[in-house]
Amino acid sequence: MTTVASFNIDYLQYLTPNGELVGDKKPAIATDFEQLKSIYELMVLTRTFDAKAVALQRTGKLGTYASCLGHEAVHIGIGSAMAEQDVFAPMYREYGAQFYRGVKMSEVLLYWGGDERGSNFSGPKHDFPWCVPIATQCTHAAGAALTFKLRGEKRAAVSVVGDGGSSKGDFLEAINAASAFQLPMVMMIVNNQWAISVPRKKQSQGRTLAQKGIAGGLPSIQVDGNDYIAVYTAVKAALKRAYEGKGASVIEAITYRLSDHTTADDASRYRPTDEVENARQFEPIKRMRKYLTSQGQWNEQLENQLLNTCKIEVEAAVEEYLNASKLTVDDMFDYMYDELPHNLAEQKAYARAMEEKSNG
Amino acid sequence: MAKVTMVEAVTMALAHELEHDKDVVVLGEDVGINGGVFRATNGLAQRFGEDRVIDTPLAEAMIAGMTVGMATQGMKPVAEAQFMGFIFPMFEHIVCHAARMRNRTRGRLTCPLVIRAPYGGGIHAPEHHSESIEAMFAHTPGLKVVIPSSPSRAYGLLLAAIRSPDPVLFFEPKRVYHLNKEEVEDDGEEYPLDMCFVIREGSDVTLVTWGAMMKETLEAADKLAEQGISAEVIDVATISPLDMDTIHESVAKTGRCVIVQEAPKHCSLSSEIAANLADQGLYDLLAPVKRVTGYDTIMPLFKLEKKYMPTVDRILDKVNQVLEVS
Repeated sequence: MTTVASFNIDYLQYLTPNGELVGDKKPAIATDFEQLKSIYELMVLTRTFDAKAVALQRTGKLGTYASCLGHEAVHIGIGSAMAEQDVFAPMYREYGAQFYRGVKMSEVLLYWGGDERGSNFSGPKHDFPWCVPIATQCTHAAGAALTFKLRGEKRAAVSVVGDGGSSKGDFLEAINAASAFQLPMVMMIVNNQWAISVPRKKQSQGRTLAQKGIAGGLPSIQVDGNDYIAVYTAVKAALKRAYEGKGASVIEAITYRLSDHTTADDASRYRPTDEVENARQFEPIKRMRKYLTSQGQWNEQLENQLLNTCKIEVEAAVEEYLNASKLTVDDMFDYMYDELPHNLAEQKAYARAMEEKSNG
Repeated sequence: MAKVTMVEAVTMALAHELEHDKDVVVLGEDVGINGGVFRATNGLAQRFGEDRVIDTPLAEAMIAGMTVGMATQGMKPVAEAQFMGFIFPMFEHIVCHAARMRNRTRGRLTCPLVIRAPYGGGIHAPEHHSESIEAMFAHTPGLKVVIPSSPSRAYGLLLAAIRSPDPVLFFEPKRVYHLNKEEVEDDGEEYPLDMCFVIREGSDVTLVTWGAMMKETLEAADKLAEQGISAEVIDVATISPLDMDTIHESVAKTGRCVIVQEAPKHCSLSSEIAANLADQGLYDLLAPVKRVTGYDTIMPLFKLEKKYMPTVDRILDKVNQVLEVS
């Protein structure tokens, strides 16, 4: 018997949980402190926003909300590595990536507050909206990538799934399509260990999830998803390959969902609290702060200023959300088709009339 | 002007749009060099190149998902589901994404795509190749669902479907792909997607149908004419959104209506038309609305398919029932 092919999965980490920089070749981003400080500020803003959104749900001012607690490094790593003209195909909790790209905090709140206007992003108009059916965004990203390839545009598509999403057909079909068409695409797996209550090990006996990309012949690696520098570097390199016409890549980012799945979930039903407490020592914001502090780039005063600014910014976003103009029954009908068909026009007129009647 | 079959008219429309709109691409399984299993894309890859007429990996969800992705980024993809029976993996993308994209992004992203699928029974095909599930799509808000019944309407409606800024499901009745030849001018003239077509005028009874059942319905109308009964025949063509005005107008004239469909009866397009007639046209009716449909059984394998599908006799039976009421 001979070996016809063999594979390995590399693991990339630059920042240890103690905030120490490791590795032989350090990327330029590792010492670009102005950029790292602004990234750190966005990470803290995202976390401040996240805590506020959960609080809004608890007080009845927001619908079910999917928290991003603990995912700040991986999400902002993705968002900051992408160019504006690239297209982002998120699942539904990648707010850090979206904030970097220009989506407003008030838009996230509108969406989870039950208002379609939230998906009419201020950010890149070509980005896909949140995608609740798991993994279907991967084939959408493949379609976007094929468009860029056919048009000869130097753009790429970036999709995100979780560890649960990596079990789905659309994820695997997108890997296959990315391979068959050699698409300018980066497929992220944000492995946060839990798909609601189902742990990572029940999704697959495979040693890694990244190796699913190997099946499609795509370069596939694991990165420390709590290490911003590693995520950014890996995504940047994968995008470079994509722009150069060398095809797609798969990146599995290892992180941990420190929150419940959504505000409708109670994770204490299925996972021990000491596991969560243990995971906190690896979380991304503490690690980045330790690194910046050790490099003389950060201190307590800056931290306090930042927390204050974030609070003010989030409060402003909440105000904007709460003061959004009221939806009318017309909003159900007006975006169904380019031109409202006659049967819908009749239903709209009826809905309006009933509305006027009930308003006296 | 060329005389063409329905499947040739489909090819003609695809070629016309590929020629005139650089954003149009055709994709699917075997649509390239092979020209599609029914030859609907015959010669297109050779003429327009493999970047415009794209053979995909064998994965229907992927085809639909990529079609959605392409449409949101400014392309006008025309995907082929090789048979309607293979459309189910595409269903999630059609219902959860294509149909909703404009609404959920407040018009920021749209989905100007077409998914074509040959459908219906009567060609002795294997299992999963003969069903008629158009109602499942007509039930979904945000889609347009179009079914041609002649070469000229296949050409004009497919042009309109490709040019539509909204997603269109275009179901081709494969039993009549090669049935008749018709003169179709390749003039790029589209047909409207918001109306039914009165194919034959009459005064005694309205026969409403779409797709391959047009054949049996017209034969029934001929037989009725021999008996001195004048049947008006309507091709619904665009089953969603449904143009009830044309049907109401006809029934106001004839007072009698029989709806003919190959699909099962329960929760079908004929249910919707009958309900609309009861709601808005009751006082025009001189007799109850009758329906000639497939049975509410699994579409049988081909030994029994002729027993399943409506025949001229079954149509005449229902027409006689509505004529008996005076």
